[in-house]
Amino acid sequence: MVVRGAAAGESVTGSDATGPLLEVDGVSVRFGALLALNRVSLEIQRGEVVAIIGPNGAGKTTLLNVISGFYHPYEGRIVFDGQDRTRLRPPDVAALGVARTFQNVALFKGMSVLDNIMTGRLLKMKGHFLLDALWWGPARRQELQHRAFVERIIDFLEIQAIRKMPAARLPYGLQKRVELARALAAEPELLLLDEPMAGMNVEEKEDMCRFILDVNEEFGTTIALIEHDMGVVMDISDRVAVLDYGRKIADGTPDEVRKDQAVLDAYLGVAHD
Amino acid sequence: MRTSRDADVEDETFPKLVKVNAERFPRKVAIREKDYGIWQSYTWREYFEQSRLIALGLASLGFARGDKVAIVGDNRPQLYWAVMATQALGGVPVPLYQDSGEKEMAYIVEHAEARFAVVEDQEQVDKLLHVKAQCPRLEHIVYDDARGLRSYPEPFLASLAALQDRGRQFAEAHPGCFEAEMAKGRAEDTAIICYTSGTTGTPKGAMLSHRNLIVTARNAVAFEGLGADEEILSYLPMAWVGDHVFSYAQSIVTGFTANCPESAATVLQDLKEIGPTYFFAPPRIWESLLTTVMLRIEDCAWPKRTMAQFFLALAQEIERHRLSDQPAPLWRRLLYLIGRLLVYAPLRDNLGMRRVRRAYTAGEAIGPEIFLFFRSLGVNVKQLYGMTEASVFVTIQKDGDVRLDTVGTPVPEVEIRISTEGEVLYRSPGVFQGYYRNPEATRQTLEAGWLRSGDAGFLDAGGHLKIIDRAKDVTRLTDGTIFPPKYLENKLKFSPYVKEAVCIGQARSFVTALVNIDLSAVGNWAERRNIAYTSYTDLSQKPEVYELIRGEVARVNRSLLEDELLRAAQIRRFLILHKELDPDDEEITRTRKIRRSYIAKKYEALIEALYGKADHVQVEAQVTYEDGRTGTIRADVRIEDVEAAEALA
Repeated sequence: MVVRGAAAGESVTGSDATGPLLEVDGVSVRFGALLALNRVSLEIQRGEVVAIIGPNGAGKTTLLNVISGFYHPYEGRIVFDGQDRTRLRPPDVAALGVARTFQNVALFKGMSVLDNIMTGRLLKMKGHFLLDALWWGPARRQELQHRAFVERIIDFLEIQAIRKMPAARLPYGLQKRVELARALAAEPELLLLDEPMAGMNVEEKEDMCRFILDVNEEFGTTIALIEHDMGVVMDISDRVAVLDYGRKIADGTPDEVRKDQAVLDAYLGVAHD
Repeated sequence: MRTSRDADVEDETFPKLVKVNAERFPRKVAIREKDYGIWQSYTWREYFEQSRLIALGLASLGFARGDKVAIVGDNRPQLYWAVMATQALGGVPVPLYQDSGEKEMAYIVEHAEARFAVVEDQEQVDKLLHVKAQCPRLEHIVYDDARGLRSYPEPFLASLAALQDRGRQFAEAHPGCFEAEMAKGRAEDTAIICYTSGTTGTPKGAMLSHRNLIVTARNAVAFEGLGADEEILSYLPMAWVGDHVFSYAQSIVTGFTANCPESAATVLQDLKEIGPTYFFAPPRIWESLLTTVMLRIEDCAWPKRTMAQFFLALAQEIERHRLSDQPAPLWRRLLYLIGRLLVYAPLRDNLGMRRVRRAYTAGEAIGPEIFLFFRSLGVNVKQLYGMTEASVFVTIQKDGDVRLDTVGTPVPEVEIRISTEGEVLYRSPGVFQGYYRNPEATRQTLEAGWLRSGDAGFLDAGGHLKIIDRAKDVTRLTDGTIFPPKYLENKLKFSPYVKEAVCIGQARSFVTALVNIDLSAVGNWAERRNIAYTSYTDLSQKPEVYELIRGEVARVNRSLLEDELLRAAQIRRFLILHKELDPDDEEITRTRKIRRSYIAKKYEALIEALYGKADHVQVEAQVTYEDGRTGTIRADVRIEDVEAAEALA
């Protein structure tokens, strides 16, 4: 498979601001006595694919949770699109244009793939109790519009054949793809992917890689992803940030990170006292 | 031979006929495609206009008469338009199998000397970029779906939309250019080159003229009484001559509507939504439809299952009576009426065959049980015997004159003769112009206007053609028993659990079989029995699965017992292959015909073991992935004996 990383900033989203899309500035998160994140700073530029890697328990998922507003840092700031939004709750973060997928697939099991993806549009829908109930006038038009958008994503991710299937009946790799579809339905500016390729076979991984790159190229979506497969990370990311024990120990292009001594130590296991 | 209707016939080409359609029924739907979940329709006027713009775009790139255009992708209106566009400029479209690998594609692109390629999407562009590196003659690549391709820097790449824009501008600068080029077309011009996969050797490019295709399509239309109101599903590879004749030639000649499915994975759903009136499928599609039905029935609760099984058996019995012209007992026929209400009609509706007025099975011999199954449901499936070199149609079974063991009578203007060696020869207006750049092969196939089919067969008293097998495949066992491998394999493949089978017996004392299990059917069967498995290889070697397949082999043996000639050709030993036979590994052709000599060589160790004493054998097999990489599968394959069925004395 030919995998090409779109050069950073090549495809820029609608917003005309020029600063980084997201700034994580000296953020610390503490669970009781455990310092899960220790003054981590990270900038994500518009149109980039950034990978966050690190050994188990390094704080990768915690970092995503902080960005998506699930946890709040006890020190440090998070600036999205030039605005401080350290204290926002997850729904508000989502409304700003951040969507995510989860490490363990979190779909509505009993609902069809189509309905699952439609839920990704909820933030964009303006409901009116009575009109929605009657499915009449603007309510009908609105749903048709959103369905048309969702169909574009279904086409994009090549899941036409499973449109009407209940999510729970799908194999794992496809559930992951549906989850990506739901995240895309929200038309995010920043897409957070928590181990999008965990538990997949080589072929499914290759498909997913291509989809991630295509999303980045086609929609200009900025992507931050956590991944363990180094081959995948090195192939698709513009930049790699490495966490170890809650600290950021490296940040640079895949080639730079590959040669970084601190990273090698963290991965190859130098004894920590 | 040729009826000269009027002078116009000499000038008839497909683009001209499309123009006539655009004037005759401008608002009638010519082609549909399911896209974004909705059936998008294009009228004949749009069909013509879109093709015209593509042609003008190609002209702006310096297209010259006689240029070849490789066309690669799933069935898409845009690709059919590209076919017409090419023909309008006096070029020749060369459709390629969309799932073929780089090596295969490079061979054909090189051999056909293609200057242009019109392809569906990124997957095909990636392949063709590699092909282009080996075939410098290929100058331009045009794609329909731009997804993932925006950052490709190659200057010779363009989207179809961009090409059509160029076409618009070109038309302003060169008014009348398209019309002038189209008018130059002659019926004798080559309309298409279809590369036949062939069970032996390298692909050969059969050249068919506009006249070949137009006359043959019209004859078949008249023979079957097809009208402009037919609906068909265009789901078979565009590179297969069958799709070209049904979805392009016949659609244009009559004006009926072709429907392109959303994706290869949605064909069954799309079939149900369209409800075609005219349907064609090679035996493997009928087999997989049957497998789907059987699986669903097994998943039913027992009252439903029992009812379905009872009525399906009844239907087949009645159909057998009907085909042999002996009416079934009255009470059985009354039961059939109940069955129609309870089982047959709903099932037909579910398969999307409620509106089918005529359906064909073609391309290969179909197992009689499979054929019978669909006919017994009330689907008018008929056997068609055709070849690429004949523009498809040679014989068709007439409505009301359908038999299990023949392929019907010649269509109008086709003459059949049997050579002294027993080979079927024919002559018709559809007989091709020859193989492109291969006069040697053309000479071997065409003899004084008669085309050698390579099939052994004979004409029966009623003028029906009966095909025995490929002439070179029919052999004998050491005791002189006739051994037609295909016949046995089809019997095996009636089982939903058997996907493919290869029978061996030439110059041996008994028959053995290599069996490929059907992963979905056997997987489902195993799940219901709580048999855990990790992979295809693992599942294929489970003792339970061997037990299951042994039952199927025993069934075949029992049915062979009924046949005087084949009683001694029962399958005595078999093994289940650890991998699926795959066109990428060159074991079967893209149209799923078995390449016997290749398999005999590749699986020599397995075949020797079948004729030895061991009950298992170690194998290593090379597999080729779609991107051309190769890997190795190792397995320990079991071999089992089967008791020969004995007549009850």
